[in-house]
Amino acid sequence: MSGAWKTVSTIARRELSSYFTSPVAYVFLVIFLLLTGFFTFTAGAFFERGEASLTSFFVWHPWLYLILVPAVGMRLWSEERRAGTLELLLTLPVAPWQAILGKFLASWLFLAIALALTFPVVVTVNVLGDPDNGVIAAGYLGSLLLAGAYLAIASMTSAMTRNQVVAFILAVVICLFLILAGFNPVTDLLARWASPAFVDAVAAFSVMTHFDGFQKGVIDSRDLVFFLSVIGFALFATAVIIRGHRAG
Amino acid sequence: MIQIENLVKTFGPKRAVDGVTFTVERGEVLGFLGPNGAGKSTTMRMITGFIPPTSGRVTVGGHDVVESPLAAKRLIGYLPEAAPSYPDMTVHGFLSFAADMRGLAGEAKRKAIGRVIDLCFLSSVLHQGIDTLSKGYKHRTCLAQALIHDPDVLVLDEPTDGLDPNQKHEVRNLIRELGRTKAVVFSTHILEEVDAACTRAIIIDRGRIVANGTPAELRGMSDLAGAVTVHAIGADAAAMRDRLAAIPEVARVEQVNGGVRAFPREKRAAGELARVVAELATREGWRLDALRTEEGQLDEVFRRITLPDTAKRAAAAGGGA
Repeated sequence: MSGAWKTVSTIARRELSSYFTSPVAYVFLVIFLLLTGFFTFTAGAFFERGEASLTSFFVWHPWLYLILVPAVGMRLWSEERRAGTLELLLTLPVAPWQAILGKFLASWLFLAIALALTFPVVVTVNVLGDPDNGVIAAGYLGSLLLAGAYLAIASMTSAMTRNQVVAFILAVVICLFLILAGFNPVTDLLARWASPAFVDAVAAFSVMTHFDGFQKGVIDSRDLVFFLSVIGFALFATAVIIRGHRAG
Repeated sequence: MIQIENLVKTFGPKRAVDGVTFTVERGEVLGFLGPNGAGKSTTMRMITGFIPPTSGRVTVGGHDVVESPLAAKRLIGYLPEAAPSYPDMTVHGFLSFAADMRGLAGEAKRKAIGRVIDLCFLSSVLHQGIDTLSKGYKHRTCLAQALIHDPDVLVLDEPTDGLDPNQKHEVRNLIRELGRTKAVVFSTHILEEVDAACTRAIIIDRGRIVANGTPAELRGMSDLAGAVTVHAIGADAAAMRDRLAAIPEVARVEQVNGGVRAFPREKRAAGELARVVAELATREGWRLDALRTEEGQLDEVFRRITLPDTAKRAAAAGGGA
């Protein structure tokens, strides 16, 4: 591992361990698992569907993440700024992109751990029936990318302010916009007065449009590119915002 | 090791640092003095690469801080103002993180951590969470972080702030000790630290350097410097004052508690006026208790340099309103 990536991994390890030394991680994991359980089995009518799939599991993720992912990402930079550790971190021999990427990867990994802990639903559906595990794997990949996109946005809003609550609210609003642009009731409304091309163009910005394919088991390169570019753009914006603060 | 050329930093209309130029060589401890808001922290943040200068240049060990920041930052150990650290980590965890970031590993890392623990007296709190520590320990933990890679350049922003008198003493000794082999810049507004630790001091006011010299040179700028104070047993102070005032070299005479102080007409080589006064005392048969040439006082110099401007500015603001 070259020096630059070693620095990224050192920052990521510190960040990840900071989740687990505070109660935040455990509270988050418990709430995440309780909510996914509730939505999948009760609200999503997992058993009543009578089909061996995780549709009722994945379909809720854009909404569930809307609240939970900004809660994980809101502290990324605002906490560093509030505590003054940003000055410490950025005067170590580290390039800003290394710090941004390291912190982002740590919290993404944390979300991946939370997602991995939902494995009992996979076991359940395999015990009860004969699902297509390829579709399930694609669903997990899509869910992880979705979480990454929200998280990168939370990283960006977190860099804007030293107040975590403001960072949280801004991230929720931006993520909500990304959902609604492709949410069927909204696109139906738009379709009444706008041309279909316009509706499609707006929907192309939505995480819903791009998450759909993964739920159906289709890994489309366009969807991959969409999520990765949202992540890339938001992290780049994080860098610009942090540089702006330093320049005064 | 540190070269600063014509450094300027503006925040909106305010010029926080306004054309600062100085150098610090290996073996020097530079004390950075100034009233609050004079631009001390801003200058240090530009040296360490935390904020970019509006104009001007900072090089550390020959590396331009803006153009090759990583090379410059590797040479620097930095204690920011208020000594931030990650409250959720233990002292050992934090130092281990700092060592990793400095590229230390294995035996070198273990040794480096052990060394700074000894230097900063942290062994008793090693496995305690930083959020449970007192301010003094938090401060020393952050100082330990700055020393972990045995840097050639140390930049310490108020390193003794919040420490008790014993800890202040230890840290000053440490700074003086480290200054033998490194280039050290530290800011303070405690003037006695300049004598205790510095080889050179800079006074900065409203972003500009207003004095730069050794502690003795700065003291020499005092009105008091070169004055001779005489204490005599059982002598009439009024008579002494008259006699001293009669000496041609003496400009004026002041009564100070229990003695008389004579100010020279012009600043002379130290001891010359004292010799004249001593001869007078012998002639007059004064039973001398003390006779000394004053070195001058730093706080008087500091106030004289930084206060009139502040007062002028206040007057200007009042007139404009």
